[in-house]
Amino acid sequence: MLSLLIGTAHAAETAVAEGAVKFPPFDATTFAGQIFWLAITFGFLYYLMSKIALPRVSEILETREGKIDGDLQTASAMQEKAKAAGEAYEKLLADARAGAQATAQKARDAANSAAEAKRKEVEAETARKIAASEVSIAAARDKAMTNVAGIASDTAVDIVKRITGIAPKADDLKRAIEAAKA
Amino acid sequence: MASASGGIDPIHQFQISRIGPSIHFFGNDISLTNSALFMIIAVGIIYWLMVYGTKSKALVPGRLQSAAEMLYEFMADTVRSTTGKEGLKFLPLVFSLFIFVLICNLVGLIPGTFTVTSHIVVTFMFAMLVIGTVIIYGFMKHGTHFLGLFVPSGVPKPLLPFISIIEIVSFVSRPISLSMRLFANMLAGHIALKVFAGFIVLMLGAGGAVLALSPLPLAMIVALYALELLVACLQAYVFSILTCIYLNDALHPGH
Repeated sequence: MLSLLIGTAHAAETAVAEGAVKFPPFDATTFAGQIFWLAITFGFLYYLMSKIALPRVSEILETREGKIDGDLQTASAMQEKAKAAGEAYEKLLADARAGAQATAQKARDAANSAAEAKRKEVEAETARKIAASEVSIAAARDKAMTNVAGIASDTAVDIVKRITGIAPKADDLKRAIEAAKA
Repeated sequence: MASASGGIDPIHQFQISRIGPSIHFFGNDISLTNSALFMIIAVGIIYWLMVYGTKSKALVPGRLQSAAEMLYEFMADTVRSTTGKEGLKFLPLVFSLFIFVLICNLVGLIPGTFTVTSHIVVTFMFAMLVIGTVIIYGFMKHGTHFLGLFVPSGVPKPLLPFISIIEIVSFVSRPISLSMRLFANMLAGHIALKVFAGFIVLMLGAGGAVLALSPLPLAMIVALYALELLVACLQAYVFSILTCIYLNDALHPGH
């Protein structure tokens, strides 16, 4: 403020000292020229700004914004894609695991059923052999029993002969033996 | 610089002098002057910054293009926040005013140059351009409804005439205050700088103990110069934001 006062005072003093010299900003003779040149320069500047510079800058900013938006969208799309690929991989892995398990289970089942069939076959074979053996055993026993009957009747005939001195009749003997057997 | 009396004349820097041939048009002197030269220089600098600088339309801007973009966004934000989205059609006007005043102010701070905005006729023409735009656009857009600007709503009836008179006076004084503010700031700042510069010369000339004190006004000049840089930018901004506020009246005359 002080400097301004000093300046103005100084200016006034100089103006007084030089007498004729007017304070330039209030010298009306320069107004027309200043207005003329101002109109030309500012008019040209306005033309430059409104027709060239500002639309260009605005275009640059819009292009950049669009580019950034586009890039962000691409990035998010890529991310989605990566996520989908990850999920597909996980699914594939799970499928493969399930497949492997199924295959293993199938193999196990097949092995089990094969073993079962084999066992049943062996069991049947064994049962058949046992039955055959039982039949032959029974036959042998029956044969043996028949022989026993013969021996018993012979022995009985001998015993009766020795005790009584007469040979028993075949019918009586048979009946007696049957009775004894029963 | 030195006046006839041998001292430093702080007013001499505002002197308009003819360079080149004298041109007269209907009795008016429209010869190329130092003032006109610095207007042309300012437009040249703005061309370099805003047109040449954005020539490549680079996606990743260089320094110059960055500066141009920042200026654009700064002014676009100012216009948008004061006048709303529909005010953006005045962006070329506000931007041209802002950048022209700013560059003229800044160029004027370079020692030995001429400050275009330190002349009242220049700043008054800017103010008239703004007010003229406001009036013409206001009447074109709103017709007589634009006069509602002077009749604020919600004022008690008996007070209305007085308020309207105050509103009219404030509207009429706008171009004066708008032009005076810029003119006086630039004029006073430059005079202050020149006065302190004159002190250095005087003290150096005086010799002795006074000579030893001569760095003091030099330090003062440095401080003042920093202040003037601030003022140069601030006044350009103030001019443009007031332009926006006045244009807002033309866009939305209802209070």
